[in-house]
This record gives sequence, structure tokens and C-alpha cells, in this order.
Amino acid sequence: MTFFLVVTLNGLTLAALYFLAASGFTLIFGLMRTVNMAHGALILLGGYVGYQIVDTTGIWTLGVLGGGLASAFAGGLVQAGILGRIQGDELRQTLASIAVSIVMADLMLWHWGGLTYQVELPEALAGGQFIPLLGIGYATIRILLILLAIVLGVLLWLLIAKTRLGAIIRAGVDDRTMLRALGFNVARIFVLVFALGGALAGMAGVVAASALSIAPGTDLQFLLSSLVVVIVGGMGSIGGAALGAILIGLAEQYGLAYAPTYGVVFSFAIMVLVLAVRPQGLMGRSEA
Amino acid sequence: MRATVFLLPLALLPIFANEFWLVHIFSRALILGIIALSLTFLATYLGVVSFAQATMAGIAGYVLAYFGPNTVDVGHELPFAAAIPIALLMSVLSGAVVGLIARRSQGIYAIMITLAIAVAFFYFTRQNYSFFNGWTGFSGLRSPQIGDTALRTPVVFYLLCLGVAALLLAMVSGFVRSPMGLTIQAVRDARRRVQAIGIPLTTPIVSAYAFAGFIAGSGGILNVWYQERISSFSVGLGPIVDILTISVIGGLRHPSGAFIGAVAFVLLDTFAIDFVDRERFNTLIGVTLLIIVLLAPRGLRGLWDDTVARFGNARDGGENTGKSQQST
Repeated sequence: MTFFLVVTLNGLTLAALYFLAASGFTLIFGLMRTVNMAHGALILLGGYVGYQIVDTTGIWTLGVLGGGLASAFAGGLVQAGILGRIQGDELRQTLASIAVSIVMADLMLWHWGGLTYQVELPEALAGGQFIPLLGIGYATIRILLILLAIVLGVLLWLLIAKTRLGAIIRAGVDDRTMLRALGFNVARIFVLVFALGGALAGMAGVVAASALSIAPGTDLQFLLSSLVVVIVGGMGSIGGAALGAILIGLAEQYGLAYAPTYGVVFSFAIMVLVLAVRPQGLMGRSEA
Repeated sequence: MRATVFLLPLALLPIFANEFWLVHIFSRALILGIIALSLTFLATYLGVVSFAQATMAGIAGYVLAYFGPNTVDVGHELPFAAAIPIALLMSVLSGAVVGLIARRSQGIYAIMITLAIAVAFFYFTRQNYSFFNGWTGFSGLRSPQIGDTALRTPVVFYLLCLGVAALLLAMVSGFVRSPMGLTIQAVRDARRRVQAIGIPLTTPIVSAYAFAGFIAGSGGILNVWYQERISSFSVGLGPIVDILTISVIGGLRHPSGAFIGAVAFVLLDTFAIDFVDRERFNTLIGVTLLIIVLLAPRGLRGLWDDTVARFGNARDGGENTGKSQQST
């Protein structure tokens, strides 16, 4: 029983990480219909920069913010410089973002090498917390990760549901042309949202580098999980990303614990099942 | 007639080219071109960009490795006469399964789903040892012997690849004129109208993917004989992106684009070392892909058509102009 609960807790930790990674991806997709294949590379970039900052300053929070900022800048640059030029041509945008991700991954490999990095945790987060219900200790960073995902999820929801920027984003999702006709600078809003998605990706990268570790290849791992999470949850929906992340995170951990060599098959089966019943994802809107 | 004009010089190539060019440039380009042809076929006639083509090729390769001679202690050895049809059958089936999963999706949705399938398969081959031998995969794969000559002998292998490529191109052009091929193109142009006249969408879409699986599988078998090994890396993101790059560079609007792109890719891959650091090849490929996507969305084949059209117009219109318009 304890084993099952620990696996469940591990699954929720993973789900939190997947949600952080997928929320930026789905936010960008929701507004711009851009499948940002460079999302994994943005996560990895954030992780590396965060590692570098924590390594020099020793302040973990600064690392998370710095990693987020770096990826936000990179994301904004990609949208302003490349993807924005072919806005509306979704297939070309996807291909271009793949090209960007190849170049980014290669340049990062050049600079940081093939080593595995793990961000050093501050003392307060390094140990474990005793959980009375389970009778065992559990790593503090993992508990923090779950809390962080919940807080960020709520903040994101507040931003989209309650603020002016959120209203503009929602209007853009519904009718881009109308938004432009009303005099909003859509191109600038797109760059802004891309930067926001990048910031989420970068922070997810630093957190992933703290709770687990990062290395070349981590970008592909997170791109896959983000893809599956948003396909299951519904593309463009933040709530869907949360639901998808929980399903996939739990499935992966149960798979790992109970059927090690077929772990991937579980998340894959969930994806196929969802596609068969609801092609637009659990909380997504219809494609047409 | 037109086919022989292209085929004859290519078939005579072994007289002029040395072993290196024959195997590592032309045969490799033909193999990659065949796998890319499966993607270009789907993109041209079904209007769907699939990222799972390297996976379908890999499945044929893995099946052949499993049932063929290898130096790893996994699998059951069968004669090639049985192993090759099984490999092709499995790649056709894998194509049909991908089609069944992605049948309701178009455009970017289809890209995301096929990519997710491909990457999930990649991780699966890494985890599974009973069929795929995990991370290391299979090595020591031999091609069949016919009499005293191994198929892997440079000249024989090149002619085999050329023959398979020509056969597949002919099959594609035959298939797209068949009733099923025409239905597939109708699905590409107007899904709803096809449904309205009472044709269910699933059959043509799944057939198109299954046919693409057959093409990819043929390329996958040749690739296993060329590489003499197969592992999870053969179905990883690298090959997936390579195949996509080849198709995009060549142009997604005409089947021959796959081979044009493959030749460009292999030349770049082989000789880029003279211009850039070997380690930075991926940056070069990424930048090339980006430039093509931004500046020449119809690829090299599109550029070629434009040039031919302009040239043809200058001569007051010729046969070429008509052909190029038809192909776009």
C-alpha cells in the first residue's frame, strides 16, 4: 500500500513537471495555432541558464527567474524574427520551429557539452519532509514542485480569466481578424504571449534540472510529454493541460513501477484512446 | 519514354562512378529518397505531413533483423524468402495503424500525433529487450546471397536500390490514377464532399498510410542492408528529422522531390565536413531547413519548376510548362 501511495506521489510530481512544461506550449498554441516544436529546446535552455546562475550566485530563486527570463527572451526572438514572418501558414511555422529546435539543441550541445547537470538545491529544500500518512520521508523539492504547479496554474488562470491581457488573448483565440480590426497590435501580442510561454518553459526547465537532471535529449523528452499532454487534454486549453498532465504523469509512474519495459505504452494507449473517443482532446474544442 | 531518359544514365552510372560514390552517395541517397518518398506521397496526395515514416521504415528493418541473420542472440532466423514479406507486411500494418490513429486529423494536428507516435516508438525500442534488444539493437545483419554474389556488392546493391526506387515511383504514379488513389486525392481536396457522396473517409486514409508504410518499409529493408545494423537510434529524432528535411528540401508537391532532396542531403552530409566542423552538422542542417522553409516553400523541385516554367515561357511556351503546372 505504501508502495502504491509513493508511486502515486511520484506520478503527481511528474504531472506537476509536465503541467509546467505543457502550459506554455498550449498557451502558445491556443492563441496562435502555432505548434512550437522548439518548446523542448526552450525548456532545456532555461535549465542550463538556471544551472549557470545558481552555480555562480548560489540563489535558487534567482536561477528559476533567470532561466525563465532567458527562455522568454529566446521565445520572443523566435516569434518576432522567424515565426511571425510566416504567421497563418501553420505547416511552415511548424517546420521552421523544428529547424530552430535543431539549431538550438546543437548550439547548446556545443556550449554546455554532453554532460548531465543538476541544479544544487538551497539548504531549506535539499532534505526531505516526513509525511505522517505514509510514514516515510519525501523529498522537499518534489513537494514544492507540486505546490509550484498549483500556484502557477492558478496564476495563469487568473491572468487569462481576470486581466486585460487575458481578455485580449481570449479575444485573439476566438477571432484574430476582429482583434486586429479593433486596433490591437496583434503581432506584438503574439510576441508577448510567445515570451510568456517561453518563460513558463524556462522555469519548468530549471525546476526539472533541480528535481531531476538535464542533459542533451531532455528537450525531446519534454517535447514528447508536452505533445502527448496537450493531445490528451485538448490543444489550447490550460485546464486540459492540467488534466492531461495528471493522467500521463500517473500512467507513466505506474507503468514504470509495475511494467518497467512497457512504460511508454501506457501513455501511448491513453493518447490513442482519447483520440478514438474525442479527437479534439478531453477539454479541447473541435478542430473544425 | 520520359522515365527511360532518366533511368538509362543512372543505370550506366557504375561504369563511371567509383565504389565510394556508388555506395555512400548514390545508394544512400536512393534509400533515403525511398523513405522520404513515403512522406512526399502522403503530403502530395493525402495532404498530410507524417512524422512516422522513419518509424515505419524502422519497423521493417527491425522485423528483418529479428527474423534474419544477426550477431545478437535475439529472434528466430527464417529464410529471406519468408523474412522479407513479413517485414513488408509489418511495415504496411504499422502504416495502417498510424493511419487509423491519425485518420481524423489534418495539418498540424496530424503532425503532432504522428510525431508523438514516432517518439513513443523510439522510447519503446529503448525499453524493450525481448523484441528490439533495447538501446543496442541488432548488429551483424547480412544481406541475402544470390548464387555467389551478395546483394551488398557495390554495383549489385546500387542497381537494386535504383530498381526498387524506379519500381516504387512507377507504383506511386499507377496508384494515384487508380480509383482508390483518386479517392485519396478527393479526400485531400474536400473531405466533406467525399463524405457527402457516401464514401467513408477511413478506408482511403488508412489505405494511403498503409501504402506509405509499404514504400517506407521497402526503404527500411534496403537501409538495414546498407547499415548492417539497426538500433533505437535508427528510429530516433535524428532520422525522423532527416527524412522530413529531405522531403522539405526536395519539395512536398511532387514525388520526385524526395529523390532530389535526398541527393542534396547526402551531398551536404558527406561534404559539409569541408566547410564546417563535423560536430556542427546539425546546425548546418537546421539552418538549411530554415532557409528552404522561409524562402523556397516548394523546395528544390519547386525552384526547378519555376525555372523551367520561366524558360519555357521565354520560348513561347513548351511541353515543359504544361508539365510543371500539372505537377504543382
